[in-house]
Amino acid sequence: MIAFKYSDEVLKHFRNPKNAGVIDKPSGTGTVGNRTCGDIMELFIKVVGNIIVDAKFKTLGCAAAISFSDVLCDVIKGKTVDEALKITKDDLVTILGGVPAPKLHCSLLAVDALHKAVEDYLKKK
Amino acid sequence: MKKVYLDNAATTMVADEVLKSMLPFFTDKYGNASCMHSWGEEARDALEESRSVIAKKLNAGADEIIFTAGGSESNNIAVKGIAYALKNKGNHIITSKFEHHAVLDVCKSLEKEGFSITYISIDKDGFIKLDELKKAITDKTILVSIMHANNEIGTIQDISAIGKICKEHNVVFHTDAVQSFTKVPIDVKKSNLSLASFSAHKIHGPKGIGALFVKKGIKLKKLIDGGAQEFNLRAGTENLPGAVGFAKASELISNKDIDKMALLRDYFIKEVTKQIPETSLNGSNKNRLCNNISFSFRNVEGESVLLALNDKGIAVTTSSACTSAKLEPSHVLSAIGLKPEDSHGTVRFTISKYTTNEDLDYTITALKEIISKFRRMSPL
Repeated sequence: MIAFKYSDEVLKHFRNPKNAGVIDKPSGTGTVGNRTCGDIMELFIKVVGNIIVDAKFKTLGCAAAISFSDVLCDVIKGKTVDEALKITKDDLVTILGGVPAPKLHCSLLAVDALHKAVEDYLKKK
Repeated sequence: MKKVYLDNAATTMVADEVLKSMLPFFTDKYGNASCMHSWGEEARDALEESRSVIAKKLNAGADEIIFTAGGSESNNIAVKGIAYALKNKGNHIITSKFEHHAVLDVCKSLEKEGFSITYISIDKDGFIKLDELKKAITDKTILVSIMHANNEIGTIQDISAIGKICKEHNVVFHTDAVQSFTKVPIDVKKSNLSLASFSAHKIHGPKGIGALFVKKGIKLKKLIDGGAQEFNLRAGTENLPGAVGFAKASELISNKDIDKMALLRDYFIKEVTKQIPETSLNGSNKNRLCNNISFSFRNVEGESVLLALNDKGIAVTTSSACTSAKLEPSHVLSAIGLKPEDSHGTVRFTISKYTTNEDLDYTITALKEIISKFRRMSPL
């Protein structure tokens, strides 16, 4: 095993994930991942008038998974649902100042969770 | 911030006595042990004295110890050396599923060269299945390589029982004793060892020096050519400061230190499993290295725990998939039947003779807080 180092931005979100938690009566939730392979993420969104006004997450995973979860919530808050769906995993990687190659897949987890949460929201609407 | 180093299976602090013993060999006594002049003689004397000290610890002859660059090199010389030396006798090697990569990867590369390898299973407590070993030996078997103590879960194999089986079948027996050396008594004669690997930096010695016990009469194919050093088994100017430091380090751990570490280990296991729910110890609590504790914490990721402990000045390690480039659960944890979801939450703590009760209490408090934080954050 050769160790790697996380960016300061990843560590900042990992140490203090401001968006960790749940939303009471969310407009939509999305759960992705499974424990056998690794990480699980649950995303809660609150949508008012097509704008994501709040986002929270619960994640079981590594520092990268937690950071991507947290930064996703930051990014989607204040955006319309359509705008949020345009966010790619690469956008998240850039915001976090890059992640080690084996951790790139964690960014997909966050984007997938968003898509599932929006799907859930649209279904409920 | 308080600093607590609990990664002594990865490497250890060089002991003061060790450093002190080494220093003259960088500046005053810097001769090449292969030279005839007085500098060379002085170096040769120190080298042979160091060899004797290590041999004595093993009940081996001084001419049965060669110095190497470390544990991985010793394992390579042993396994490849036997495979190539005895390939006309047979092409079958037996090892176990939870060896260190310095044996496992060597076997995998030999497999590509046409050798046939049997990987013996491990029971859930972390011990190899002796029956399986017995059955695996054929008339083509040239080597059995089974580690003495496991680096991840600390379980100690009964090398005398394995040695007996190998003797009955007249098969060369190698053990990787990198983790056990000085913590578990080793008698190469009693255990019928043909080869055994050791490393200095795991026992408060310097990095870059190891040793290989090669029983008299055992023929190895030489892997590093270029000189007749080390009984013509390993070319290269000897690492004299390293050898001196290694010898010094091998004398440092007393039975009292071992008992103290075992007590601290048991205290840590008891308190952590009592204070943190859904925590399980990996590997048996009997026949376990005095300094190894491996826990699986349910519903947390090992890497997150490692980083959060590091923020509190505590060093641990994880064999969790998430910290390795391969993203696969540790082969050791899989071998003892741990489910991937439990492997992900595995953290290893390895103490040393310098670890105190206070260090462990500080760690337990930090760990409790960290595990509960991550569990609150978990969707499960």
